[in-house]
Amino acid sequence: MYDKGTVLTGLAIFLVLALSAVGYNMIAGDNNKPEPEKPKGYTSCVLEKSEMAKSHMQLLNQWRDEVIRDGKREMVPAGDLMVEKSLQNGCLHCHTSKVKFCDRCHEYASVYPYCWDCHIAPVEPAAGKEAH
Amino acid sequence: MVDKILKGNGLYWAWVVMLLGVMSAGALAYVAQFNYGLGATGMSRDVSWGLYISQFTFLVGVAAGGLMLVLPYYIHHYKAFSRITILGEFMAIAAIVMCLLFIMADLGQPMRALNVVFHAQPGSMLFYDMIVLNGYLFLNLLCGFVILHAEYKGIKYPTWLKPFIYLSIPWAISIHTVTAFLYCGLPGRHFWLTAILAPRFLASAFAAGPSLLLVIALIMKQTANFDVGQTAKDKLVTIIGYATIVNFFFVICEVFVGYYSQIPGHLHTIQYLYVGLTHHGETYNNLVPFMQASNILGLTGLGVLFYSRKLQSDGYLALACSMIFIALWIDKGLGLVLGGFVPTPLEHIVEYYPTLIEVLIVAGVWGTGAFVLTLLYKMVVAVKRHSESNLEIT
Amino acid sequence: MDNNRRKFLKLAGLTAVAGVAAPVALNSLAQASGGHGGGHAAPAAEAHGGHGEAAPTGVRWGMVIDTTKFNATPGLAEKCMDACHGYHNVPHFPVKKDEIKWLWTEKFENAFPEHTQNKRNDLTANGNFLVSCNHCDNPPCVKACPTRATFKNSEGIIVMDFHRCIGCRFCMAACPYGARSFNWRSPRGSHDGVPFIKEINPRFPTRMRGVVEKCNFCAGHLKRGELPLCVQTANKGAEGAMVFGDLNDPNSAVSKVLRKRFTIQRKPSAGTKPSLFYIV
Repeated sequence: MYDKGTVLTGLAIFLVLALSAVGYNMIAGDNNKPEPEKPKGYTSCVLEKSEMAKSHMQLLNQWRDEVIRDGKREMVPAGDLMVEKSLQNGCLHCHTSKVKFCDRCHEYASVYPYCWDCHIAPVEPAAGKEAH
Repeated sequence: MVDKILKGNGLYWAWVVMLLGVMSAGALAYVAQFNYGLGATGMSRDVSWGLYISQFTFLVGVAAGGLMLVLPYYIHHYKAFSRITILGEFMAIAAIVMCLLFIMADLGQPMRALNVVFHAQPGSMLFYDMIVLNGYLFLNLLCGFVILHAEYKGIKYPTWLKPFIYLSIPWAISIHTVTAFLYCGLPGRHFWLTAILAPRFLASAFAAGPSLLLVIALIMKQTANFDVGQTAKDKLVTIIGYATIVNFFFVICEVFVGYYSQIPGHLHTIQYLYVGLTHHGETYNNLVPFMQASNILGLTGLGVLFYSRKLQSDGYLALACSMIFIALWIDKGLGLVLGGFVPTPLEHIVEYYPTLIEVLIVAGVWGTGAFVLTLLYKMVVAVKRHSESNLEIT
Repeated sequence: MDNNRRKFLKLAGLTAVAGVAAPVALNSLAQASGGHGGGHAAPAAEAHGGHGEAAPTGVRWGMVIDTTKFNATPGLAEKCMDACHGYHNVPHFPVKKDEIKWLWTEKFENAFPEHTQNKRNDLTANGNFLVSCNHCDNPPCVKACPTRATFKNSEGIIVMDFHRCIGCRFCMAACPYGARSFNWRSPRGSHDGVPFIKEINPRFPTRMRGVVEKCNFCAGHLKRGELPLCVQTANKGAEGAMVFGDLNDPNSAVSKVLRKRFTIQRKPSAGTKPSLFYIV
């Protein structure tokens, strides 16, 4: 390899810079963990909280395919309540605020799913009107 | 080998910079379209495909046209094509790149393009078009580069490549056949619903592809001192000439069926394209000047083509090939796709006019194709020189 | 056996296999028409003519539109269109080029170009005719779609999966009824302060730009045991203007009407076997 020394030094500097953010968070800890606001008056969702936090997107995709493609529109239980397999008419039935629930984690994780390009977000109380 | 593209004279760099400018304009226009939606184009509910898909269709033909060189050279060992065949293979690469760009430009949701793979639907002709186009791109990249590299090293290309070369021959037919099948399998679109569509596509491809190639070869003779040889040119005149004649014969067949049968579905689009269609007292004829020009250019070009061979004149040959290329570009790159939407399945007539954004994107894609082609040909010329000067020494 | 003969026999054998296999493959293509038939595929013999009844098993929703009743009740068709477009958040654009519609009216010669003669009665000369997606039993759009974004569901409804559509518009070129619309721009936008969707119905999503849409036969309503909105609205204005039901059930309301009355379909020669029938 030509210019071995220069290339390897350059690579090392790049790696240190690239990983510095990760290292910083490992040392300093994360003080900005999001806290989505849970709906009042309800105790359980369609799955355990940890499951929902981890894989609600897969569940939504599964519902989507079942409802649209297979015509399986039966309701699913969330504790004592039966809810529609629907983002707009199911999830939002209890989680009445997108800003205080969905967006808090999504913004923290910098994910911007395009659900709301078509699905209709609930009307938020005046102050919390959200941009996209 | 690839480093050769970085060594050129002022003219070369001026050309490259100009192409980059055109490409940037196209890219900016695409950003505008991406942000607004395809409503930034002239397409509508009634004419739902426009310049993008029509250019795509035409360029598939240009890519397939390389077959007219590959077939004589590799199957019939026609040695006179030894310098020009590689140009044909590399032109196919540039043409397919343009095809893929036009498809992407036409998608309403380009970010989801891979759904064609994830949710493949083998009943759809678009599925097969994806396979044959990407396959043809791969075959030409492989064959083109391996052959050129062998030449650079001063050796014959490896034997393992042969099956790929032979495979590329039926593959060239398949890309244009499948592209024709996109259209001719649709009920309710009478103009496209004709079994002659795939043969017509091929005839026009075998004229348009080599025409463009000859024009470029003649330009390269002037600018890069790269001569494909008189025998090759004379032979290509025969190929282009007959393919153009067959193309016009097919057009005449379609016109006969429409006018003699008087079946509205067969007749209306032909009227719309060539003379104008009158409907509820209004005449629709925005494509007529183009189609008339296509006929005149094509038939005159045909005469000039054979005359140029008699004179052995490069100037006339370039003129003839340009005329034929433009004639076929209008015929297939405008009339065939746009005409198919008039009248609509509900017997309404809606004319289509592209917008500036659309035209800029089209120019940008053509510029990209020219850019790819320039770099590839730069490499080819350098390698050919290199290997031929080596031959002279040894 | 000498070499040439062996070669010949091999070739002959291959040819025979290909000769037998090809028609079988083509036939299955003609029948399957994009899979997902759910037992709806017509028998091979019927796939040929395209005029006959199909779908011997399962539910196949269909309807009869009595155009005499619609034309005797002015404004009724518009009410149906409003009910449909209102519920489904179908946008209204100021420019014709951007137009989106699920249910609309056409003149007879546009809706039924194959049935149009030069001497017509008053109804077919002057009347308006409601048209929409025909929910064909042999749908060309489903065959054309490269991603199965449009497909036939188990009840014979041609459904659009907006999540999956890549916006290639092949289905629009394939549909012989011009039933499909494309979102040329975002339906959520507005022009001069007037939103394209006047009042958004929170029960149904809007679309995003770049996808194709069309009538869904109110698949959600049907699952809840309700009739499609156009049918509900039509029958409020004129009883029997639209009769909806299972075409495969001989005792359904729609089957009874079809046995009693002479009906026509749009472009039967296209071989698509529409689920919409018209009393003219």
